[in-house]
Amino acid sequence: MNTETLIPYVGIVTEITQQTPDVKTFRVEAPGGGKLFEHKPGQCAMLSVPGISEAMISITSSPTNTEYMEFSVKKCGCLTEWLHAMEVGQMITVRGPYGRHFPVYDELLGKDLLIIAGGIGLAPVRSVINYVRDNRDKFGTVDIVYGSRSKDDLVYYKEIVEEWMQTEGFNVHLTIDNPQEGWDGHVGFVPNFVKELNPDLKKTVLMCGPPIMIKFTLGGLMDLGFKKEQVYTTMELRMKCGIGKCGRCNIGNKYVCKDGPVFRFDELDELPSEY
Amino acid sequence: MKKLSSAKLNEFFAAIAASKALYLPVDNKSGKAEYKKWEAGEEMSKALNTVRSAKDFFFPQTENLMEFKMDGKRVEVIDTRAEAEDFVIFGVRACDAASFKILDSVYLVDPVDSYYKTRREHGVVVTLACGKPAETCFCKVFGIDAADPAGDVTAWETDGAYMLRANTEKGEALLDSVGALLEEGDEAAVAAAQAKTREIIERLPLSSLSTEGLGVGKTAELFDRPEWKTLSEACLGCGTCTFVCPTCQCYDVRDFDTGNGIKRFRCWDSCMYSDFTLMAHGNSRNSQVERFRQRFMHKLVYYPDRNNGTFGCVGCGRCLSRCPISMNIVKVMKTMGGKNK
Repeated sequence: MNTETLIPYVGIVTEITQQTPDVKTFRVEAPGGGKLFEHKPGQCAMLSVPGISEAMISITSSPTNTEYMEFSVKKCGCLTEWLHAMEVGQMITVRGPYGRHFPVYDELLGKDLLIIAGGIGLAPVRSVINYVRDNRDKFGTVDIVYGSRSKDDLVYYKEIVEEWMQTEGFNVHLTIDNPQEGWDGHVGFVPNFVKELNPDLKKTVLMCGPPIMIKFTLGGLMDLGFKKEQVYTTMELRMKCGIGKCGRCNIGNKYVCKDGPVFRFDELDELPSEY
Repeated sequence: MKKLSSAKLNEFFAAIAASKALYLPVDNKSGKAEYKKWEAGEEMSKALNTVRSAKDFFFPQTENLMEFKMDGKRVEVIDTRAEAEDFVIFGVRACDAASFKILDSVYLVDPVDSYYKTRREHGVVVTLACGKPAETCFCKVFGIDAADPAGDVTAWETDGAYMLRANTEKGEALLDSVGALLEEGDEAAVAAAQAKTREIIERLPLSSLSTEGLGVGKTAELFDRPEWKTLSEACLGCGTCTFVCPTCQCYDVRDFDTGNGIKRFRCWDSCMYSDFTLMAHGNSRNSQVERFRQRFMHKLVYYPDRNNGTFGCVGCGRCLSRCPISMNIVKVMKTMGGKNK
C-alpha cells in the first residue's frame, strides 16, 4: 500500500466496456503496464479525476488477475458522469486498496457459497466470484442469484453466460423485475427468488445490492433458517479519506472505509441503523 | 524545574523566536485572544483561553495536499509538501493539550496521516497551567488537571515568575536553548499555585458533572432516546461547535482549478452539515436530529468505544459560550447521562 496516505497513483484507462445503459467497466493499468497495486476480493479504491472529485469504488476484478484492475461504475453523480465521458487512454488517479475484504483466505474456505446481488451490487462480489473460479478446489459449490431491473440492466451478462455458467460447481440464477421480450428466464424480485430457490442452510451467503433488496432478502434468509453469522454484505457510504480519519463514513464505533466495507450481519446488529 | 523572572518574559520569547517560529495567545483588536506569531513588542494575552482552539497548529483549517498537472489525457501528481520548520506554541491550556492526544489517536494510528505527523514532530508545546479556571470549564470531568497540564514543557505563573518543567526531550532542548535566562525553579511555589487552582476547580459549577451512563458500550441504550429530538430542535446546523472544538477532526477534501493546474486541499468539515453524508443516491443522515446525535454520540460513546473509555471531549467550554442557541455538550450529558438529573 502507498505509505503516503491521500497521495494517489496515476493509472491509465486501457479499456472501457458498456455493461448496461448506465454502467461502464473501466480497465485501469499502471502507466508502465500491470496493476497499480495488489488487493483482496471486496476491497475498494479511491478513484479520482483531478478537478472533479474523488470517490470510493469497489475493485471488481479478482486479485488473481495479474494484468490490470477493473472498476464498474454506474452513472449517477458528478464524478461518475465524468468517468462515463472518458475515452481510452485517459489517465485518472487511484489510491488504495482500502478496507476489509471478504474472508476468502480463511472463513470461506471449503464452504458452499450463495452469492446474492442486485443491479450494480454484483460489482464488488464479482471479485470474489472470479477469485473462487481461479481457486476452484478451495471452495464448495457456488450459487449465484442475480437480479436487475431488466435484461439490459444485467451487468457482466456475457461473462455470466460464457464463463460463470460454464464453471463446474457453479449455478447461476438470473432474474429481472418485469417480463420482457426475449427473456425466458425468471421474472421477479431477488428476495422472493431466493426464497423460491430454498437454499441449503449450510451455505455461506455473500450479498450486495440496493438497501431495499438487502433488507427483504435478509428477512427471507432469516425466515428460511439462516443465521446472521453466515451472511456477509458490503456497504457504501460517503467517504473522503478512505483511512478512517475524515469522519464521514462513521457509524457507531465503526468506520465503513476501514472496519468495513465487508461486514457480517451479526456485526451490523451492534451498530445503529444509520446506513 | 526552572524559573523565569516575569521581567525577562519578553527576552525569553525573543530568545526562542530567534531560532524558531513562536506562537502565543495575544489579544486582537476586538479584545479576543488568538494565537499569533510573536514579534518584538507583542504582549501575551491575559485571557483564560483563545477563542479558537490550538488544534490549528497541527490540523489547520485548510491545507494544500497536492497538485495535479493536466495535459490532454495526461495527469501528473505533484507532491507539494515542503520541508517543515520547527515551531513553538507557548501558553497552551491543559484542555487543548489533552485534545492533541485525541487528535493523535485519529491521525497517528495506522495508516498514519503524514501531513499531521510532520507538524506534530516539528511542534514544541509549552503549556501554561490555569490560574483562574472559569465557570464554563469542566476538564476535571475528563480526568484533565488544569493545574498540571501535559506538553513538552509545563509552565506555571507564580508571583513575579514563571516556573518551567520540561516533560520531554524536545522540552529539555527548548529550555537548554534559553538556559542563560533561567534560574533554579521553586517547587513549593508551583505546589502553592496548583493548590490555588485546584481549589477553584472544586468550586466550579460543572466540576461535578458526571459521565455515568455515557461512554463504552452505551450505543444501544442511548441511540434511540427520544430526548435527541428535543435537544436538537433549535439546532441551526451552523457548525460553530465543531469549528471551535479542539477535538473535532472531520475533514473534507476538495479540488480547486487554479487555471494553471488543480490544487487538492482539505479543510475542516462538520457532521452538523446536511451535505456531510450526502451521496448521489441519498443521505444516510437526512435530518438535523440525526446529525446532532452523531456529533454527541461520537464524542460520548463511539470515540470512547474505540479508545479504552477516553471521552472525545476535553471540557474546554468553548461550545458553551459560542453556540448561538446555547446548546452544548454539557446539556447533552446532563440529559443523557445517568447521574445528572
